[in-house]
Amino acid sequence: MLNEGLSARSPKPKAKMNRLYPLLLLVAAAMFAYAPFMILAAPYESTMGLIQKIFYFHAPVAMTMFVSAFVCGIASAIFLFGGRLGADRVAMAAAELTSILGLIVLVTGPMWARKAWGVWWQWDARLTSTLVLWLIFQAYLLLRRFGGPGSDRLAAGVALFGMANVPFVYWSVNVWRTVHPTTTVVPSLQPGMRGPFWYCFLAFVLLYVSVLGVRTRLEKRRAELEALYLAVEE
Amino acid sequence: MSRGTRLLAGLVLTLALAAPAAFAQQPPSRPQVSDPAQQGFVPADKLPQQEPIPAAPLVAFAYAFVWIVVFGYLWSIWRRLGTVEREIQAVSKRVTSGGRG
Amino acid sequence: MRFVETVWLVTRKDLLIEARSKEILYTTLFFAVSCVLVFAFGFVREGRPLGDAAAGILWIAIAFSGTLALGRAFERERQSETLRALMMSPIDRPALYVGKLCGVLILLAAVELIVVPLVGLMFQAPLFAHPVLMIGLLLTGTVGFAAVGTLFAAMLVRARSRDVLLPVLLYPITIPVIIAGVRGTAALLQAEVDEPMARAWLSMLVFFDVVFVTLALWTFEPVMTE
Repeated sequence: MLNEGLSARSPKPKAKMNRLYPLLLLVAAAMFAYAPFMILAAPYESTMGLIQKIFYFHAPVAMTMFVSAFVCGIASAIFLFGGRLGADRVAMAAAELTSILGLIVLVTGPMWARKAWGVWWQWDARLTSTLVLWLIFQAYLLLRRFGGPGSDRLAAGVALFGMANVPFVYWSVNVWRTVHPTTTVVPSLQPGMRGPFWYCFLAFVLLYVSVLGVRTRLEKRRAELEALYLAVEE
Repeated sequence: MSRGTRLLAGLVLTLALAAPAAFAQQPPSRPQVSDPAQQGFVPADKLPQQEPIPAAPLVAFAYAFVWIVVFGYLWSIWRRLGTVEREIQAVSKRVTSGGRG
Repeated sequence: MRFVETVWLVTRKDLLIEARSKEILYTTLFFAVSCVLVFAFGFVREGRPLGDAAAGILWIAIAFSGTLALGRAFERERQSETLRALMMSPIDRPALYVGKLCGVLILLAAVELIVVPLVGLMFQAPLFAHPVLMIGLLLTGTVGFAAVGTLFAAMLVRARSRDVLLPVLLYPITIPVIIAGVRGTAALLQAEVDEPMARAWLSMLVFFDVVFVTLALWTFEPVMTE
């Protein structure tokens, strides 16, 4: 599936890592194949009924999005202050993933809201701050794409602000009176719901790690291609 | 007008036009009244029951969306990776086969 | 103290240059006033402005004109390559950042001096009924906005598409600041003034200011270094 190309110079551990990602992806896929059965078997929520089942994907994806924003922020900090180019590639991959995960959260959420609250969207603290977080990472991607040379460092700065935003998003439901469920929901899940929830979360984390690895590899190959083009010029 | 100012003016204009939408709250849903009360108003204790929104299509679409996005993104990476790998093969052939200079 | 000295030198340089032509001041002021007018016409119904519009319009005008002022101020630096000269000089980077920030703040304060009474006038909003809180909100909100704006505007000086990228980067990150400013101001403009609420939003703004200024000071040097 992923051919090694001309990375004859890459050290053995990296090659092993590259075989790990497709494996993780397969494991995640298998977990997802089984997930619907678990979700269907889970008890209904008393006030919301069937619509609450969106929770088993919506909340884990949101949590993974937070993780991804942190990964991007930390990798950006390492790149900015440590100068490690590898970290910048991870940051780019993580930012794109944060954007994708955010898209999922921002679409599945309103699906749930339409039934549970009667409206597709509310400008409450949780929804607004999540949208803002997503926009910050969109800005990151736009900057990397259109900012020209030097935009890697600038984007790293933006990612740090994005990462600083995450705790704000998380705590917003507890600080303000919002329609969105608070953070006490997950720790207080009943056994019937707890199982499918953490199972789905694990599946998404595995999916995230494997896709991050593959996407980072794409960045690395792009960088190698750039270097090759420069070599041809000489 | 410089390009920058023109861009900004366009942005202001667009946002000014869009601002009312951003400020709008969702309007409260109105009760369905079959006979418009033109002759006289009839008071009622409770709002009449509204058509409940079916949950199943929403749930189905939500999960379907997740799958579409995940597969779409994986496919997009796969495609981009393939393009880059092909280019690497092509360019490195040029490097190894005839060094220019 | 070298830090304060440097900050003062940088700020003074910016103010002196601006004082000669007053170009950025006048154009930003005019833009802010036009902004207020455009929104005012948008939110007037039957000749009377909508209730909560004043707070929102005030802060949007500050945000938009602030973005414009930032763009122009750093465009000036770029044209004369003075930013690079500043970066090459042996001064403390954080001091350079704070100096530029102070210059921007003074400019925005001048703009707000005109815009705030204007909004109060046009929307019959008692913006000066609680001057201390109001000034507190304006000050902390502007600092939060300008802190992020100065960093990004400086960052983007050498980037492509910098005109359009500044708002793209700036607005998502400063939306919480604007929201806090609007809600705090709205709490003061309500029929029954909600002072505790306004104070709560003010403390939120202080929190944002601390976080943003700290982050900006921390990242200014590595981001600006080539």
